Amino acid sequence: MTSPLLAVRDLRVRFATEGGVVKAVDGVSFDVERGRTLGIVGESGSGKSVTNLTLLGLHNPARTTVEGSAVLDGTELVGASERTLRDLRGQRVSMVFQDPLTALSPYYTVGAQIVETYRRHTGAGRREALDRAIEMLDRVGIPQAARRAREYPHLFSGGMRQRAMIAMALVCEPDLLIADEPTTALDVTVQAQILDLLGELQAQLGTAIILVTHDLGVVADVADEVLVMYAGRAVELGPATRVLETPKHPYTRGLLASVPRLSDPLDRPLRPVPGAPPSLLAPPPGCAFHPRCDQVIAGPGSPCRTRAPVLVGVGDSGHEAACHLEAGAGAAGVGSAERERERAQVPDAREGGKNP
Amino acid sequence: MFRFLVQRLLGAALILFVVFTVTFFLFFAMPDDPARLSCGKTCTPETLALIRRDLGLDESVPMQYWHYIVGVFAGRDFGTSHCSAPCLGYSFVNHEPVLDTLLDRFPATLSLALGASVIFLGVGVMIGMLAALRRGTWLDKSTMALSLIGASVTIQFLGVIARYVLVDQLRWLPKPEYLPFTGDPGGWMGGLLLPWLTLACVQAAVYARLTRASMIDALGEDHVRTVRAKGLTSRQVYLKHAWRGAITPVVTVYGIELGVLLGGAVVTETTFNIPGIGKLAVNAVANSDLPMITGVVLIAATAMVLANVAVDAVYAVIDPRVRV
Repeated sequence: MTSPLLAVRDLRVRFATEGGVVKAVDGVSFDVERGRTLGIVGESGSGKSVTNLTLLGLHNPARTTVEGSAVLDGTELVGASERTLRDLRGQRVSMVFQDPLTALSPYYTVGAQIVETYRRHTGAGRREALDRAIEMLDRVGIPQAARRAREYPHLFSGGMRQRAMIAMALVCEPDLLIADEPTTALDVTVQAQILDLLGELQAQLGTAIILVTHDLGVVADVADEVLVMYAGRAVELGPATRVLETPKHPYTRGLLASVPRLSDPLDRPLRPVPGAPPSLLAPPPGCAFHPRCDQVIAGPGSPCRTRAPVLVGVGDSGHEAACHLEAGAGAAGVGSAERERERAQVPDAREGGKNP
Repeated sequence: MFRFLVQRLLGAALILFVVFTVTFFLFFAMPDDPARLSCGKTCTPETLALIRRDLGLDESVPMQYWHYIVGVFAGRDFGTSHCSAPCLGYSFVNHEPVLDTLLDRFPATLSLALGASVIFLGVGVMIGMLAALRRGTWLDKSTMALSLIGASVTIQFLGVIARYVLVDQLRWLPKPEYLPFTGDPGGWMGGLLLPWLTLACVQAAVYARLTRASMIDALGEDHVRTVRAKGLTSRQVYLKHAWRGAITPVVTVYGIELGVLLGGAVVTETTFNIPGIGKLAVNAVANSDLPMITGVVLIAATAMVLANVAVDAVYAVIDPRVRV
């Protein structure tokens, strides 16, 4: 088996804030294979966006510490120089953001913004780069691409803007596209079109995609693998069909149960996951999800309240969940030795409290 | 674009009319009687009446107002002399035509305002940008501390000290004075150098702080993050993308500032004895010189309106979203 395109191991991201240290990402590991799609799912603040911004070094370096490893095709990204990362950005790894209205510059034409990216990485001439930009706009389904290339983003509709954003991200045919909630700001019909477009382009270009979303419907449509994050940690990881059909973590189950279905009776109330996400400044001891979990192991010495669970294999085909219920169910021995090592949770949330 | 300009000019005319009307009627609320001021010590009721008639003060206020407006559009006669349109009347004090005096004084004010603007915009914006890019470093902290001092000193104070040190003691700068540009460009520049620097010092501090704040905002914008995610160099990120968002508030503030400066930098002109609109305004008010006050107010209001139109035009250049 060939090595994955992107291998993230034990990634930890901490922000120094006025209130103390925020563990935005707390030991996350995952792989992205070439040409495949990884869906990262979680609520706001679960660390899914931070993980991706950190990979490209787009976080604010002054107040952030990043530990762990992220290897892209042999290149270590964590701790890489700005110059190295700059050459990767836009060329080998591109990003598409949530709101294309604010993510595109209002001051330059759509064509000029694509030209700029292409010339930065290829050194192409103006004419050649413009031809390439128009070709890409055409490819993402923007009609009259040559004319639209001369227009400013505010003259585009939301869906067209996101298409332009995708054209810009893919102009250098990157190996990896990180799409951070690419359809959240769009209405539902446009959402489906954009997802189809991503799928088509992936098939043509062989691009791997990390799709960050809170929308399980989107994940079900396009993802090959799914990573569910909660409070900065991975709670479930595995092939999309397995995770969505036989979820093992109570949080994933809660998320799936909360999705309303057309086949439901109209008067069925929404079933949200009860409670609110924890503060990352002072996360609950043990499993961060235990205060909201309906299956928490009772008793004073409950592992749910004292030890943070780690991912262990459940069943076959690489499906893993971080839950003491699964760990206690005789699944031990499936995961690697590294994953057996359960970290004792120490109350270190305020360790950096004196940071400015 | 044509419709936009017509709209703006009609709006400007309306503003000027309102400003003029308010000034005119406010003047008559002042306690001083201009006729008595120009009558002198040996004032008899007969001379006073004569002066009143000369100045047109014997008419009712609404009639004076009407005659003034007619004069602006059609010209008017004062005794034997004719004042052709646009007639802003004659000074009560030295009987010079107001329009000629204003046109005579305006170049000094314009020179002062534009020269200082070049310095304070250049220096202020540059320092602000640098401070924003080096946020939190000693450069940021020291320039911001300096600019707080700069923004706090007054021109009277700074001007006098600077003149004493730089001109009288060290002889680094020539004596501050106003020489017309057309006669002696070198002398014009030399004479205005100290007034420019003094005025610019105070203003640059304000612009440095403003630019820093808006540049920090701009650097946090989504589209700037996109540009970084595209792999562009820091130079491209800052100089091509981020500054365009940062410069808009600077342009807004400068538009107001320029209007104020063109209406006369009163303190700077008085401190350095520059014969501009600002000094004229102070003297006119002190002498209850109604035609001159009205003239100064009109020119200041015109400057403000034109500066605003210019700002709108600059907006359109900077930001395609506001283009009409």
